[in-house]
Amino acid sequence: MKKSLFLSVAAILGLTAGVAAAGTLDDTIARGHVKCGVSTGSPGFSGVDDSGKNVGFDVDYCRALASAIFNDPMAVKFTPLSSSVRFTALASGEVDILARNTTWTYSRDTDLKQTFLGVTYYDGQGFMVKTALGANSTLDLDGATICIQVGTTTELNLADYFKANDMSYEPLPTADNSESKQQYMADACDAYTTDASALHGTRINMEVPGDHMVLPEIVSKEPLGPLVRHGDDQWADIGRWVLNALVIAEEKGITAANIDSFADTKDAEIHRLLGTGDDNMMAMMGMPKAGMYNAIKHVGNYGEIFERNLGASSGINIERGVNNSWTNGGILYSPPFR
Amino acid sequence: MSSGKLPVERFRLGMLLGDTRYRSTTVQVIAFIIFVAVVFWLVDNTVKNLALLGKDVDFSFLWMRAGYDINQRLIPYTNDSTHGRAALVGILNTLLVAFIGCIIATIIGVFVGILRLSKNWIVAKLMAVYIEGFRNIPVLLWIVMIFALLTEFTPAPKAFRGANPEASMIWFESTAITNRGTYFPSPIWGDGSIYLILTFLISLIAIFFFRRYAKALQEETGKGLPKFWISFGLLLIPSILIYFFLGAPVTLEYPYLKGFNFKDGIYIRNSLIALTLALSLYTSAFIGEIVRSGILAISKGQTEAASSLGLRPGRIMSLIILPQALRVIVPPMISNYLNLTKNSSLAIAVGYMDVRGTLGGITLNQTGRELEAMLLLMGFYLCVSLLVSAIINYFNRSFQIKGL
Amino acid sequence: MANISFVREKSIPQLPPPISESNTIGWVRKNLFSNWLSTLLTILSLYFVYICLRDFIPWAYGGIWSAGSLRECLDTNPDVACFSVIGARWKQLLFGFYPSEEYWRPILTFILLFVSVTPIFSQRFAKYFWFSLIYPGIAIWLLWGGSIWPVCSIYLTFVFSGLGFYIAKNQFKLSSGMSLMVAIISLIVFYLFIANPFVALFGYILPINLVVVESSQFGGFLLSMIVGFSGIAASFPIGVLLALGRQSDLPLVKMICVGFIEFIRGVPLITLLFVASVLLNYFLPPGTSFDIIVRVIIMVTIFSAAYMAEVIRGGLAALPVGQHEASAALGLSYWQSQRLIIMPQALKISIPGIVNTFIGLFKDTTLVSIISLLDPVGLASLIRADQKWNGIYWELYVAIGLMFFVCCFGMSQYSQYLERKLKTDNS
Repeated sequence: MKKSLFLSVAAILGLTAGVAAAGTLDDTIARGHVKCGVSTGSPGFSGVDDSGKNVGFDVDYCRALASAIFNDPMAVKFTPLSSSVRFTALASGEVDILARNTTWTYSRDTDLKQTFLGVTYYDGQGFMVKTALGANSTLDLDGATICIQVGTTTELNLADYFKANDMSYEPLPTADNSESKQQYMADACDAYTTDASALHGTRINMEVPGDHMVLPEIVSKEPLGPLVRHGDDQWADIGRWVLNALVIAEEKGITAANIDSFADTKDAEIHRLLGTGDDNMMAMMGMPKAGMYNAIKHVGNYGEIFERNLGASSGINIERGVNNSWTNGGILYSPPFR
Repeated sequence: MSSGKLPVERFRLGMLLGDTRYRSTTVQVIAFIIFVAVVFWLVDNTVKNLALLGKDVDFSFLWMRAGYDINQRLIPYTNDSTHGRAALVGILNTLLVAFIGCIIATIIGVFVGILRLSKNWIVAKLMAVYIEGFRNIPVLLWIVMIFALLTEFTPAPKAFRGANPEASMIWFESTAITNRGTYFPSPIWGDGSIYLILTFLISLIAIFFFRRYAKALQEETGKGLPKFWISFGLLLIPSILIYFFLGAPVTLEYPYLKGFNFKDGIYIRNSLIALTLALSLYTSAFIGEIVRSGILAISKGQTEAASSLGLRPGRIMSLIILPQALRVIVPPMISNYLNLTKNSSLAIAVGYMDVRGTLGGITLNQTGRELEAMLLLMGFYLCVSLLVSAIINYFNRSFQIKGL
Repeated sequence: MANISFVREKSIPQLPPPISESNTIGWVRKNLFSNWLSTLLTILSLYFVYICLRDFIPWAYGGIWSAGSLRECLDTNPDVACFSVIGARWKQLLFGFYPSEEYWRPILTFILLFVSVTPIFSQRFAKYFWFSLIYPGIAIWLLWGGSIWPVCSIYLTFVFSGLGFYIAKNQFKLSSGMSLMVAIISLIVFYLFIANPFVALFGYILPINLVVVESSQFGGFLLSMIVGFSGIAASFPIGVLLALGRQSDLPLVKMICVGFIEFIRGVPLITLLFVASVLLNYFLPPGTSFDIIVRVIIMVTIFSAAYMAEVIRGGLAALPVGQHEASAALGLSYWQSQRLIIMPQALKISIPGIVNTFIGLFKDTTLVSIISLLDPVGLASLIRADQKWNGIYWELYVAIGLMFFVCCFGMSQYSQYLERKLKTDNS
């Protein structure tokens, strides 16, 4: 607050009219924490527990990034963003990276001038209805009222899907997940549509999960991933490769608990990744040598993050499915760390 | 005595500020320079920032396909229509809410204001509780609470189904109140209904001329005609006669339950009802206070003089007090209408697609054109408010007591 | 014949009024049942009140305050209110995410707020106005923490420039305009060259620090109050200048002021808040970026400055023209007459209007929840997203509504009291 007060007076006196194109990494290091945008409350992906601490799948990704840069998983400032302001918050510099279960699409990559860093979760759009409705597939939903969050790809997909199948529907726009759930529970809408992962999370937290079912059709591809602004390739590389490191760690069997036992492994890629060898690959990105080591040690590998937030121990209990390493039947495949 | 011209002062620079002949010009020039400098600085920063992000200022998104559906619309719109058409749908929705809200707010507000002044203690206190309760709680909270009330306490459409339904349609099986909205029967205009409408319009004009005639007659000769009953008859009797004569050209189409929702009929969504109700009740509290203070502003001598002339209390209010109070009441009331229109921008809290929800919400999000969309949005609201301010000024000028 | 005339010598003591006219029964007859319409209205109102309270009182009175989650509440008794959500989260609703061991700071700030407002509204304590002036600095330091010296240096900047003005005017006998120029130059000089060394030096000699609290940790009622109060306080000088500008005879200044006021009053606050969250960064030099809260306060200040200008303009208009003419006859310059004669009276008249503007602004702070700031309404959504309280609705909104009602009703009663006091003062 003090700094911004001085900065504002300086700005008014027009002293900083120069074009400041400093890199985001330098700004972040100077600031001492990463500015991460997350969602206002999506079960499993981002939320706040009773003690006020941020928890979730996207939250853990940002913590891994902070550990890689600062060796401190708490050096992150989370900004909860609703779906309607998330892109503008990133564009305006309010956050430096958006880890907010955002779908990677063509128009977002180009028209919005933002860059996606990879896919943290391969999702799809689904529909949730009450079991008592007796519907077996989405084709039974002609004429239904459907709760939909505004400003999302699900809105556009819904319109396209119903038009392609010659069905009509009545949209009930809501601002976020908890409001949609409220309307759905009060029977103001017959079905609720959003990413299937959020549907599963919401369903588990219902009073009687058996009263609700997720319909079998997945009507779109929703690859969710973090994104940054155009124009800073170094920052994009850092974010991309922290994600890849978490995937490689699971592929190699490295967990937060056993990471130190890999100090004398014969696998050269692990040495390059953890910085335990002679090569300092991380310097190519301007990062500390033990960056990935710190990330995995503080937060765990991809599988551990998944299990903690979306797996059986979290209560949401989503199957790994395609979100598994390619060696395990999934499609998570990272380029080699060489 | 020395004759000759007065010494002419040489022009010094300090006189620019010190001498009152030049000071006003100097100050204005300085103000102008500062103003232009600030505007230039802002525009320059914006251009630089946009260039840095690789964006440009481009209004062509208005002609691109929107891709999303809008539930409440007054004009035809599909998800193939353009963003510009979506903005138009939003504007019409805003005007709809504002119009209906203002009418309901005025009716309730005047009622509340007059009752607040009643001699009955309990009625006056109840109205005071109403006014203070609505005025002191933020309008966003009211909108959300009334929407929740409507959603929780009305049945779902499926409750209307089955052999022993929990809920049933009211008013001779014609209207259904559900937690998604209310379905009214809609009129079907058959052949000859145009004559019915013409007859109705003609009877309205006839009422207007009759009242003018009756008033002139009363002022000239003092004879009073039963204006109310004759107007009432003129309103109804010709239309009813023509209706039966033409063989009932207008029929009603009743909503019926099919699938998930009711079909046919006029569908008014809960979001519209909740928003209109919340805004009207909130604004009616302010209007009630304005009406009350307007009536209290009329000096008591007027009431006393009127009753000493033998007028009944109802006639005192309508002939003496209200016309004078209107001059004091109408300007703040119109500015409350403006507030209602501006408060309607909170519609997104209940999922109603007004102009801020379409243009300033979904369109802004999907296309990423924040600057352009916000400029258009603020331009719209500015037009509406400047129009209303002009009306207030016109009213003030035309109602001023000349010569005071 | 005996004398049967009677002359009363003492007056009979007054009899009490008949029962049906006096005390309670008389009052009831007069106010509630005076004619058939009134009787009908009374009966209808009583019935209406009964229906409203019949369901509400048992629901609220038997509320459960100590359950751990919504499910527990419903298991115990589904027909009563589950106020445990308030019991569990009242600290979050009041203070947001402020660290709990530092709660004494917002509470102290709040108490000092009342202390600092008293000199403005009450004649007796007017001589403590200096405290009202230094209060903003104290409040900023208490709420955001950090070292005390940056705040001190800002105050010293103004003192320094004021000194510059004074010396230029009195020692060197420069005109007002030139002294103002000197003051501005000394402000810039102090800020650029002396401020930072001063802060560093004193920070080294005498470190007085409080734990730093980030703006993102503010939430709930604390956030509403900060935005509301700082908006009003900062908009006051701007509003006065705008009002004077609108009244002035200089056409250009008048045009600029009118244009600005009409523009701000014509757009809804939500669009201005959207500008704050989305567009304000574009209008500032590339690379600067502030907290969202500072941006919101800037836009709220601009918004309330326009309304404040209208209220003060009303106050200025209510002043008799004779005051302007008399001060001109005394030979006072424009700024002197404003400072000594016009403004004190105009401000006193417009105080109720200013308090009303503040009440409106305070209610409008709930709109920041639409741009995802965590004021009480925004916090309600966040609390509902928690697993334990998913599905709870009424209890939260009733509690928030009640808090707002208490604050706003209190302020409006105070403004009515002020109005009554000022009426008797002036007339």
